[in-house]
Amino acid sequence: MIVKIADNILSPLGLTTDENFNSILAGESKLAVHQNVFGLPKAFCGSLFDRERLSKILAESITDSADLSFLEQLCVYSALQALENTGINPANPDVIFVISTTKGNVEYLSEDRMDKRSYLAYSANRISRYFANPNKPVVVSNACISGVCAQIAAVRELLSGRYRYAIVIGCDVLSKFIVSGFQSFKALSADACKPYDKNRSGLNLGEAAGTIILERTENPISEAWQYAGSSIHNDANHISGPSRTGEGSYRVLIDLLKSVDRSELAFINAHGTATAYNDEMESIAIHRAELDETPVNGLKGFYGHTLGAAGIIETILSMKAVDNSVVLPTRGYEVQGTTYTLKLSNQKKETVKKAFIKILSGFGGSNAGIAYRKGGIE
Amino acid sequence: MNIISEIKISPESVFLNGTLISSKGITELYREYVGNYPKFFKMDSLCKLGFIAAELLLRDFSIEEKEDCAIVLFNESSSLITDRNYENTIIDPENYFPSPALFVYTLANIVTGEIAIRHKIFGETSFYVTDEYDESYMESIVRNTVLTSSPSMILYGWVDYKTENDYLASFKLMKN
Repeated sequence: MIVKIADNILSPLGLTTDENFNSILAGESKLAVHQNVFGLPKAFCGSLFDRERLSKILAESITDSADLSFLEQLCVYSALQALENTGINPANPDVIFVISTTKGNVEYLSEDRMDKRSYLAYSANRISRYFANPNKPVVVSNACISGVCAQIAAVRELLSGRYRYAIVIGCDVLSKFIVSGFQSFKALSADACKPYDKNRSGLNLGEAAGTIILERTENPISEAWQYAGSSIHNDANHISGPSRTGEGSYRVLIDLLKSVDRSELAFINAHGTATAYNDEMESIAIHRAELDETPVNGLKGFYGHTLGAAGIIETILSMKAVDNSVVLPTRGYEVQGTTYTLKLSNQKKETVKKAFIKILSGFGGSNAGIAYRKGGIE
Repeated sequence: MNIISEIKISPESVFLNGTLISSKGITELYREYVGNYPKFFKMDSLCKLGFIAAELLLRDFSIEEKEDCAIVLFNESSSLITDRNYENTIIDPENYFPSPALFVYTLANIVTGEIAIRHKIFGETSFYVTDEYDESYMESIVRNTVLTSSPSMILYGWVDYKTENDYLASFKLMKN
């Protein structure tokens, strides 16, 4: 079986998973309106790293950090934190790196139009080489679903028998490129987003890095987080708009229910970007999969949409929530705003259940989901 | 799963199952083999290339046969050529006009979505970026795909567009 053995979340809310989890329990967020950043002519509301403060921390922890881009440093730092106390030697050939990012070092396009640093595989190689890992890293590029796809790619590499450990890193940083693009789509909310709410008006963008380390083992420790199932489906409908019937997401949920039972689920951690179309689509997919009675939450109200990191950090926080017997609140949600009523709350709730589903949807009509279960037998 | 057909499209030639069938460019191929799908002209070059390569392998299959086909594609440059075009719309503060029509193509996996839409494919769509064309690397990722899913067909391969004189689509179709 495949189990999670370590993790890290590096975000504007904290440098460790625990700092992030505690901030969320305290209802904190760093979403704020930013003016005159990245050379953008228009303000936007997002969750940004304090670059000055963080750069010092990164420089202290990373050897020759100046050789790496900011994004690469975040990935290395997050993986170093996750590796601490695991006893894993990342230089061993039985370790594979899997990287999830949507735009990588896209900001280097402005400086040198053919800069090799803007190539995603070049950047991923620099990250795995920092750890002296001998294997070619797997780089997943599936827009907003990349963070879950990277976990699925890692699970497959482990199941193939070729590797024992997979270090899955998700990261995106914001830039003029990314923010202007979402602004041109008129997809951004002027203030903190309101997932699934009647008055939701768009998404926020956020920066984060996250790492999950998975292991293939026959002897998991008790209470270990086990991979239960996964699925990826396309809507075959539109490249930038979600399906009106939630087709891809619905098919993902139906696949996942073959490996976890509805009665086991503590919650579905959904995408919940707070755009009109995404949240409506998810309500349709969840209803069609007859999961109306299962609690649903979305974490974009704390972090914004962290793109390639979202699937990783939201999975880690979901594990942490079950560890603490809670369903995390959906920050920003107040009044039901989707056709089908989802079991949402802006307050944390208790749960005794031990499994969850994480789903994502994104550009290209893509949808992905993964299910994990704590302890017990498969 | 066995490979049942393959296509290779470069600026010089188009080989279908090892036979040279054309030496035309991408738009000419569209006019010859498709012709009635106006969305083609909205696509960026990477999508046009992947679209036409997929077309030549999938056109003889019914909707039902294709429904749960997996599409697993790879390249080196992701969407960098379109990224640069989009960058040109925002680089000059005096001439700032970020284009949503371009921005949507600044993701490599959009080509998998364009193929899925054209062929009504609801299966897995996955895009991986790697540092070089490596047949055995692609095959190992594709073999691993069936460890957690059971598609009836898999369309997989390389699709990279660098310039109008330097592009390659090399797809294979596998079927049970």
